[in-house]
Amino acid sequence: MSHLTPSFTTFLLLTIVKIVVVLVITLTAVAYTVLLERKVLGRMQNRWGPSRVGPFGLLQPLADGIKLFLKEDMMPLAVERPLFVLAPIIALSCALISISVVPFGAKTLVGGVDIFQIADLNIGLLIILGITSIGVYGIALSGWSSNNKYSLFGSLRASAQLVSYELALGLSLVGVVLRAGSLSLRDIVNSQSAHGLRSWNVFGGFQIIGFFIYLMAAYAETNRAPFDLPEAESELVAGYHTEYSSMKFAMFFMAEYANMITVACVATLLFFGGAGTPFGHLFDGIFASGFIHAVLPIFWFVSKILFFLLLYIWVRATLPRFRYDQLMGFGWKFLMPVAMLNILATALALAYHG
Amino acid sequence: MQIALFIIFGLLAVAGALNLLFQRHPINSALSLIVVMMSLAVLYWSLGAEFLAAAQVIVYSGAIMVLFVFVIMLLNAGEEERTHGSRIAYIAGIPGAAAIFCLLSFVFLSEKKQLGMTQLGGYLTSAVSNISEISHTLFTSLLLPFEVTSILILVAILGAVVLARKEL
Repeated sequence: MSHLTPSFTTFLLLTIVKIVVVLVITLTAVAYTVLLERKVLGRMQNRWGPSRVGPFGLLQPLADGIKLFLKEDMMPLAVERPLFVLAPIIALSCALISISVVPFGAKTLVGGVDIFQIADLNIGLLIILGITSIGVYGIALSGWSSNNKYSLFGSLRASAQLVSYELALGLSLVGVVLRAGSLSLRDIVNSQSAHGLRSWNVFGGFQIIGFFIYLMAAYAETNRAPFDLPEAESELVAGYHTEYSSMKFAMFFMAEYANMITVACVATLLFFGGAGTPFGHLFDGIFASGFIHAVLPIFWFVSKILFFLLLYIWVRATLPRFRYDQLMGFGWKFLMPVAMLNILATALALAYHG
Repeated sequence: MQIALFIIFGLLAVAGALNLLFQRHPINSALSLIVVMMSLAVLYWSLGAEFLAAAQVIVYSGAIMVLFVFVIMLLNAGEEERTHGSRIAYIAGIPGAAAIFCLLSFVFLSEKKQLGMTQLGGYLTSAVSNISEISHTLFTSLLLPFEVTSILILVAILGAVVLARKEL
């Protein structure tokens, strides 16, 4: 490893610093995404949302965190104890690990280490898919180990839904991979950086169908409205986390929102040019160097993520829940064939243009 | 570093496999099998086969084992009862396993030259992309077997659909 990095200790230290920074930022973002959702949802339903704790309710996540920490951690008698404890850990850690391959900005080397990405792997996209598919176990085991029929139904629904939609999700990304010719997220972002907005996969790459398939499948993967059947409160109490309380419940909650952020990251990287500007080289002369030049990619990345999070909340406020057979039919009979046609069309177009 | 990874995950794989046999509840056995699959994925990766590792995780741990766990949950399978099993298994089990182990190690040791050696972690730092190599081989010299296999899988899928239709 010595010829890759100047020294192993620098590499190790910088990597640990990167992990800590990304973890802190992600968890803070998770907390404030919850607040954002409650606020925006409130305004869409013509009410205020949380407004008591701090200015504009900005300290609400802190209050929620303290509340969840201090609550009694109930352990129901008939649960399968090791799995009951393991399930939220799997859910949260899988949700957090997948963010480690996301490049947050252009490649910037400090001491031979790229500071805007924890790990640049040549199979980055597959890593995200793999870790997402492992995250299913968190939900499946939580429902089973709770020894409660509503939890079990919730987790059965969730596992069936996740397995079905994973196919459409994976197939929708193939078009992007074909265009970039690589599975490395960094390469995929670079392949869209030529002319700003015009070379993003969603516009210039004609992957708009792939993008919408990805978006719908990802909403189902994260158990969000309109696909939130695993936690349909009118039928299943609360779904797979009915028996959980205190921090264990908070871990599921955080996992859900961390997954939302990961989905937003992947959509940004794969279809919206990652941290690239939408203007291409138009303003290169003005911000050629200095602080703004360094921070601008982060700004674009964060604003794209924010756009996707707002879209999530907007969809939740707008659309009613699917019926279960409709959900399965939609995934298998509509999304998957369309994703396959998209792959075929992209492959033919690439072969035709050379 | 690679040796440490090999030792840790090799031991984990063996421990998971043993746990798979000794656990009495099917869901615990299924989870041990997942541990084995994941450790194997890490071993593949440390040998430089990163695509194989990712495929192992996505296909085996992420799809097949989810179905296993799903079915166990759906049928609400209880703990298995310890039985004595067949007499033949008792008599022939350990010698048979030892014989297979000896045969395999004999083949590997005697054919060492032909098989060649691989370096632990030797390909981790190389610039050659494993995926492009695999796809190149798969779509040039191995194209016919690849397509025939996919048709075989298609036939299996259609057969499963036909069988399920009858039940409905």
